[in-house]
Amino acid sequence: MHIPDGFLNLTTAATTYVAAGGSVAYAARRANAELGERQVPLMGVSAAFIFAAQMLNFHVVGGTSGHLLGGALVAILLGPWPGMLVMTSVLAVQALLFQDGGLLALGANVLNMAVLAVLVGHVTYQGLMRLLGRGRLGLYAAGFVAGWLSVVIAALAAAAELAVSGTVAWGVVLPAMAGVHALIGIGEGLITVGVLIFLSLAWPDLLHRPVVQEGIS
Amino acid sequence: MRKRWWLIGLALALCVVLFSPLASPDPDGLERVAEDHGFIERALAPVYELIPDYVFPGVADERLATIAAGLVGTIMVFGLTWGAGKLVQRKSEE
Repeated sequence: MHIPDGFLNLTTAATTYVAAGGSVAYAARRANAELGERQVPLMGVSAAFIFAAQMLNFHVVGGTSGHLLGGALVAILLGPWPGMLVMTSVLAVQALLFQDGGLLALGANVLNMAVLAVLVGHVTYQGLMRLLGRGRLGLYAAGFVAGWLSVVIAALAAAAELAVSGTVAWGVVLPAMAGVHALIGIGEGLITVGVLIFLSLAWPDLLHRPVVQEGIS
Repeated sequence: MRKRWWLIGLALALCVVLFSPLASPDPDGLERVAEDHGFIERALAPVYELIPDYVFPGVADERLATIAAGLVGTIMVFGLTWGAGKLVQRKSEE
């Protein structure tokens, strides 16, 4: 759901740039307390994997495709603040090097996919883990729902930005974006769980990040 | 954990890129909505193009061009993000 240039009016583009810039600056400040020796290479690996996986569009329905977003996955692996930096870096390279997502729309894309998706993924995952306990099944269930919800919320944010810009009517774009991304989100949830299963088998200590100690505030 | 575990992680990401020619070429969710509701033509052409559409320019075989674009992007993203992480980390130590 990388928004190209031309879909947003200047006010929306500027507002989202400010909101995204402020969020990323805050994330950078918060992240430094959490970055141990292992987290920095893990940020690089996560970003590399998410970029690569975003190239693998999967078929959804009716001639539509979707791909992994990865916001919930990085939130689970790295926590929200390093996670936002990882997603911002992926989106910046996609916009600057691959012309995927507009330059003027980069603020909105960062706000939707690097800030909101990661935050929603983080809160959902933490909440469900508390509810479901720390077993493996709880981890997978929480990962699936966090993945699904992160995509739907990011899509609703994109829809709102399009509507505010006057590009398309609220009543049209909200249900349309929510509907198609509710399906794409299933793929997001499945891939998120797939990666979590793989990691819990291959690198279990990676998932042993102390998960509760830092909240959102 | 092994010392150079991140190399294995990067290698796995690069392996994922090898599957990119199999990706669905269909429009994604936003493009689909934009087509269905008549605002896709509002999209502006990029002001410049380096590796548009994840196809590396000058490579004749489109599958190889896609893989080449993906490998370049994956390594760039890896380096940039590692660097950003280092930068943020250093700030905290000062």
